[in-house]
Amino acid sequence: MSTLEKTPSAGPGSAPRRGPDLAKVTGDLLRSRELAVLVVLLLLVVVATVKSDGFLSGDSWRDLLLTPSILLLLAAGQMLVIITRNVDLSVGSTLGITAYAAGDLMSSGSSPWVAALGAVALGALLGAVNGVIIAFGRVPALVITLGTMLAFRGILLHWAGSDRVNAGEMDPGFLDLGTAQVLTIPVLTIISLVVVVAVGYYLRTSRGGRELYAIGSDPDAAALFGLPIRRRVLGAFIASGALAGLAGVFWATRYGGVSSNAGEGIELQAVAAAVIGGVAIFGGSGSVWGAAIGAFLLVTIDRVLPILGVPDFYQQAVVGALIIGAIVLDRVLASRAERRLAVEREVAP
Amino acid sequence: MSTPTIDRAVDERTYASYARPLLWRLVATREFAVFALLAIVYVYARGSIVGFDGPLTIYFLFLESAPIMLLALPMTLIIITGEIDLSVASTMALTGAMLGIAYTKWDLPFLAAVGVAIVVGLLCGLVNGFLVAYLKLPSLAVTVGTLALFRGLAEGFLGTESISGFPERWTDLLKDRIGGDSSYPLFVIPLAVLAIAFGVLLHFTTFGRGVYEIGLNDEAARFTGVDIARTKLILFMLAGGVAALAGIYQSLYTVARGDSAVNLELQVIAAVLLGGVSIFGGRGSLPGVLAGVLLIAVINSAMRLDGVRGEVTEIVIGCLLVASVIAPTLLTWISGLVPGRVPRPAAPPSVGTTPEPPASGGSSLKS
Repeated sequence: MSTLEKTPSAGPGSAPRRGPDLAKVTGDLLRSRELAVLVVLLLLVVVATVKSDGFLSGDSWRDLLLTPSILLLLAAGQMLVIITRNVDLSVGSTLGITAYAAGDLMSSGSSPWVAALGAVALGALLGAVNGVIIAFGRVPALVITLGTMLAFRGILLHWAGSDRVNAGEMDPGFLDLGTAQVLTIPVLTIISLVVVVAVGYYLRTSRGGRELYAIGSDPDAAALFGLPIRRRVLGAFIASGALAGLAGVFWATRYGGVSSNAGEGIELQAVAAAVIGGVAIFGGSGSVWGAAIGAFLLVTIDRVLPILGVPDFYQQAVVGALIIGAIVLDRVLASRAERRLAVEREVAP
Repeated sequence: MSTPTIDRAVDERTYASYARPLLWRLVATREFAVFALLAIVYVYARGSIVGFDGPLTIYFLFLESAPIMLLALPMTLIIITGEIDLSVASTMALTGAMLGIAYTKWDLPFLAAVGVAIVVGLLCGLVNGFLVAYLKLPSLAVTVGTLALFRGLAEGFLGTESISGFPERWTDLLKDRIGGDSSYPLFVIPLAVLAIAFGVLLHFTTFGRGVYEIGLNDEAARFTGVDIARTKLILFMLAGGVAALAGIYQSLYTVARGDSAVNLELQVIAAVLLGGVSIFGGRGSLPGVLAGVLLIAVINSAMRLDGVRGEVTEIVIGCLLVASVIAPTLLTWISGLVPGRVPRPAAPPSVGTTPEPPASGGSSLKS
């Protein structure tokens, strides 16, 4: 069943071949989903810059780069889980809990480092709860993470109540991190990009990363081949939880305060970013670069729509239309590729 | 290729094991477990929570959870085919918004506005159904998209506005009780009619058998002449239509807002899965789902009366959902540990229902 030739260059097996295939590599790149989304993203930025001067300067520029940093982390984690043919809907709640935990640790006097590490560890633990149930219980991730999403959010609401961690209670150095910049690029965004590159490198080069793709593209075959499915799926969920934990830390420093509804609904944005970036929802295909560009696109749309004169309220509708457009496009491209392959098979021998 | 072949966690039997006694067949089912849990929670709540046996409890229980009850009906059928619809709550908000706009801004008569809302709901279902059934896109991704799309349209149309002021004749009718002063709202009657209609559709018609067959094995369903695409399209349109009814109800009961019923789809799915429907499709029944919906409603209202805050209810429902899914796996695992029973491989093969190959070889070859 060849369902997965959706993104030619993003496919797992498309390591660059030696020899005169430079043309093919460039061709793949030009046809790749990542590039298409990137072009849309750049077009949006260009249009916004033309419509409103100062879109690319000062605070606006910083915001444009800073705001996606949280969604970038979540999208990278979500992508890791989705390529194994699972999904993690609990990341929004995990983000909320870890953001509150980080704030709470600091307001009780811990150093920012302890708070940040604690939040990431807590995120990894929550991810492990999902992962253990899903990998060892052999039960559908959609249902389990739906349940834990409710449960984690409930725990946070119970813990925090109507309390909120305010900026005054947090370490000033920690809060400065939220606005710190290196060469006009916000530090948080740099960290997020480093994480994305690390995930991408792991997926492309390491044995574990290739196995994640193999598991997602055909779980039965992966089992027959003797891949450690449980361990890998568990690992993917722990990574997703830990990244959500890091995103929680970012949330605390970016917004300088955490209330119990932090990160509500962001899980769907993370899934949307991955899907728009060409990650197949049923696993085995897609790249973290696509998910990252998808995350940038979603956040940028949010900012550009008002400039284009579309009321804020329609933002979600545009996101929805994008998701549907992306998967319809995938289907069309896949069936075209399939037909082309069928023709080649007829002609070749 | 049309549906994702997620490997089945536990290859459960999908029909009654007729080799076992009748009592066993009735008791050892998921549905029975949900009914039993519902009965236990209800009796416990009546016994130990002050005010639960009051006259208003049942009345508000039905009024508050009517949207979930409505949405759970088509959702059951959709999940049994192995698909999912995450957009129902957004459809509800959109149809509610359209009802309000048609009634107040376009000055249509109320019933015409209701018609507009239902048509919009059916159109929403048509979009989902077309993308899933005919373009063969994964319903999870499609309905995540339409979840955002419909919600965005509802919020875009209404902004921060909320529309109320529907004719009192209708809002009062909604709050009337059966026979004037019983504890059941009048609304229960259409709800029951709809539930029975869906029950008959699922359990006693060819269409319903097709729904199960698609969930079990869509390839086989195609060979037995089930029109898979049409069935799915009809189901998604039914979901849209019923979501419109729920949206109209919600607008009349409270107000029409762009952000009404946020996250309600998750509660609906939780209720359906709690009621014993398998997320992989092919398994489940409507009575079980009704019990699951009532269970969530009773827990909600009992905990509210007990002074527990809403968030604990979320924890309880979340944990119930997780437990209901891992319970079969756990039971299989435990029954493998019990001494004296033949340990079975991971999936319990159907005992006594498959004719043993060597013995029945001659008799089955009738032609």
